[in-house]
Amino acid sequence: MTLHEGDTIGLTVTPDPFITVRYAGASGDFNPIHIDEEFARSVGLPGRILHGLWTMAQVARAHTDAAGGPEGLKRLSVQFRGMGVIGEEIVVSGTVREVADGTATVDSQAEQAGHRIIRNGVAEIAV
Amino acid sequence: MAVNTEAVGKTYPEVTYAVGREKVREYAWAVGETNPLYVDVDAARAAGYADVVAPPMFAVVYQGRAITPALFDPDVGIDFARMLHAGQEFEWGPLVVAGDEITTTTKVAEIGERAGMGSYAFQAESRNQRGETVCTGIWRQLVRGAES
Repeated sequence: MTLHEGDTIGLTVTPDPFITVRYAGASGDFNPIHIDEEFARSVGLPGRILHGLWTMAQVARAHTDAAGGPEGLKRLSVQFRGMGVIGEEIVVSGTVREVADGTATVDSQAEQAGHRIIRNGVAEIAV
Repeated sequence: MAVNTEAVGKTYPEVTYAVGREKVREYAWAVGETNPLYVDVDAARAAGYADVVAPPMFAVVYQGRAITPALFDPDVGIDFARMLHAGQEFEWGPLVVAGDEITTTTKVAEIGERAGMGSYAFQAESRNQRGETVCTGIWRQLVRGAES
């Protein structure tokens, strides 16, 4: 699939109540703020929060889906802000900033309930 | 907050991770990936890969194990309870497939202060069994000061 300047990419996903448990097992990150409701509240959080790297994986997936597979994704950098929560839709969106020398540069973010939980996403995709 | 920058440049023993087919499938399922390359051996082989392909973000699995000793290193001095994952960067080379053995070396790349918080960056470089660099990761952490 070819990407052109100005093309948009994106996906939506609503994290279900057990996503953090599945991701903890899959990733090896068992920080209790993600899997233990009581612990999360005890440290001042509204409840269990999403793993930032799970949310980044949704951003990455939007890119590899748009590129037609994982082969082209050469680089992705993001900043995490605030926290992702369970049960609220996440909207990943990105725009191809430029295509030059066989590389598409894509700016992206992930938003949930009006908060940008991932910002300043920048990806390079070989095209 | 006061930070100790003496650990900048410190490296940690390399960690080798054997990529398993079912682990790749488990990871793909957990992040909502449905591309057959990640879950279907026949589809992966038809596309020219030796086995199922690890999604690029699977790097968190093989690099996560390698950076943990740095995060908990007393020489670095992070208060884990006050740590925030601030940013993440990955640069990828050849795709990782089930059956690969990935060796990762970690070093402390940066320690500084930003807006009253400690700012830390760890660099992890991962190579496959052929010596090809499959992923370089920069893991950025902020640590809130005790007063905030």
